[in-house]
Amino acid sequence: MSIAVDAEVVGFARRLAAAGVDVAPTRVHAMLEALDVLGAGSLRSVYWAGRVTLCASPEDVERYDRVFAAHFGRRPDRPPQRVTVPPVTRMIALPDDSGDGARDGADDDRDQERQRIATASRVEVLRHRDVSTLSRADRAEVDRYVSTLLPAAPDRATRRLRPSPSGPVDARRTVRSMLRHGGEPVDLRRHRHGRRQRRLVFLVDVSGSMAPYAETLLRFAHAACRVRPGTEVFTVGTRLTRVTRELRRRDPAAALAAASVAIDDWSGGTRLGDELKEFLDRWGQRGTARGAVVVIGSDGWERGDPALLAAQMARLSRLARRIVWVNPHRGYQGYSPSTGGMRAALPYVDRLVAGHSLGAMEELAGLLAGREPARRGGARARSDA
Amino acid sequence: MADIDSAATTPGELAGRLDAAGYLADEGLATAAFLALRMGRPLFLEGEAGVGKTSLAQALAGVLDAPLIRLQCYEGVDAAQALYDWDFPRQLLHLRAAEAAGVTDVDRLEHELYDRRFLLARPLLRALETTPSVLLVDEIDRADDEFEAFLLEVLSDFTISIPELGTVRAETPPVVVVTSNRTREVHDALKRRCLYHWLAHPTFEREVAVIRRHLPDVSARLADDVARAVQRLRAAGLLKPPGLAESIDWVTALTALGATELSADLAARTLGAVLKYQEDTERIMGEVAELAGRP
Repeated sequence: MSIAVDAEVVGFARRLAAAGVDVAPTRVHAMLEALDVLGAGSLRSVYWAGRVTLCASPEDVERYDRVFAAHFGRRPDRPPQRVTVPPVTRMIALPDDSGDGARDGADDDRDQERQRIATASRVEVLRHRDVSTLSRADRAEVDRYVSTLLPAAPDRATRRLRPSPSGPVDARRTVRSMLRHGGEPVDLRRHRHGRRQRRLVFLVDVSGSMAPYAETLLRFAHAACRVRPGTEVFTVGTRLTRVTRELRRRDPAAALAAASVAIDDWSGGTRLGDELKEFLDRWGQRGTARGAVVVIGSDGWERGDPALLAAQMARLSRLARRIVWVNPHRGYQGYSPSTGGMRAALPYVDRLVAGHSLGAMEELAGLLAGREPARRGGARARSDA
Repeated sequence: MADIDSAATTPGELAGRLDAAGYLADEGLATAAFLALRMGRPLFLEGEAGVGKTSLAQALAGVLDAPLIRLQCYEGVDAAQALYDWDFPRQLLHLRAAEAAGVTDVDRLEHELYDRRFLLARPLLRALETTPSVLLVDEIDRADDEFEAFLLEVLSDFTISIPELGTVRAETPPVVVVTSNRTREVHDALKRRCLYHWLAHPTFEREVAVIRRHLPDVSARLADDVARAVQRLRAAGLLKPPGLAESIDWVTALTALGATELSADLAARTLGAVLKYQEDTERIMGEVAELAGRP
């Protein structure tokens, strides 16, 4: 391969990386190798050599096509496949006062120790206050505390059998131990189905009316991601955004910051029905929601058609093990689910809980871990705020 | 028996051979498969259900005249099901027989017990031991992510070490096709080892061609009608848009009823072959006339 081609490919790969494709050096090597096999003569060879080696998802292919056209002036003679990718995955911006773990001026180093002692009682005071009414410092305190919660999901039996002191006889291991003892059945080995935690899926509404609460919920979701790596987090507003990857970072502040690239629908309206449909089409039905515990954080102010929301909730309820709806307004006395969206969704919700305070978050963590029989039919949505 | 290198010298030639094996590959897929053969890398195929990921592996096996070895992934699949397992009952029988015959040499007996003939080869080991072969790792997205790391290890150097027996190394690495329905993201490390190809739903022309390739006796009219209707269904925002496999099923169903073209009545009666959700069927039932209509 000539140096000119190498340089061209490396330049192209850089541009691709800038467009958001994860181009590792090994991938660039693979592209050069592929070009060697196909011959760098035609633009089409270049197109395909790059596409199969540099891309790793349909979203990548879409970006690849765009950058390819820009870089080489045109697309190959006949772009052979149109890739249609649903408009997902824009990252989320958090409001500026997100209290990214930053200390207020008050607690400088000397005060740290005293702060720590004071924390416990302060948390008591803050526990039941609505997070939207807190001062910046208090808010940061609550945020820190939410990040230490350990949300877990109930477990389920897996297909896989594991050694266990009781249970049915494990013929294979019993025979193996017999082999060791010259064929004498010395002891019977037993096994049982293993257990695994169910997947937790968060759908957090980031529309205007939810703005004061969405961040707390995202912190909670981040805590869940840390405890259970299979957890999936999406935000909904006027578009669906998957933030699982961003929230995978360990440090809460870094994770929330990573999830904060500008987004159009921050503080916009909510088209919950459409977003839910997109989630189910793109992720849920394929496996993400199957048997999972789904937590929807929203106040149910639906701008779209409540009938669509109801239909999608029905779909979700047939896939998910349990649906927990976190509505910040649920925390207030005399609350009744009066918004159109909430009323439409309620028949499919297993639990409707509050999400307005630290105490409510703690309750939510406890509720998620609790083992409950699968819901079936009847009136649901017991309240436990 | 075809050598991998002599299977095709250009992507176009490979497409021709796949065609002869009953599989219509477009330029992108043929190029991806060609590169996979030439570069000795696994081909990672991702796409909706029913777009022909698994059948590509079958067709490749046909082209190479090599056996297809399939590892169907599922949650909890582990080494004993993917690699190898010892046949304990047979080992035990052997032990008893040796005892009855009065064999007392313990070392020899142990050596005999862990002989290759007591080893049950599962798909991955079988693929390494069979040359040439096509290994299909189907629906990798259903396996646990720990399994991916393990698979990556095998696919990186095509060796498997068995403590009691030693290392098994593939003379010629098998041709590997990994498929995923994208129910979850597969780790980048595994994808990086592979050549990636996203298989989209086919265009109208290709769909007609595939239908006629599979069912040569079908009238051109019917193939056209069904392909057009299926394209409309895919654009209708259904819960489960039909794939190529469903189009072929549908044409088969229509042919069984003696149809030579699609009418609203026939479409309504055979919708079950192409739509698999009650909600979808209900919705489309109201619009079958448009569905069967010609432009």
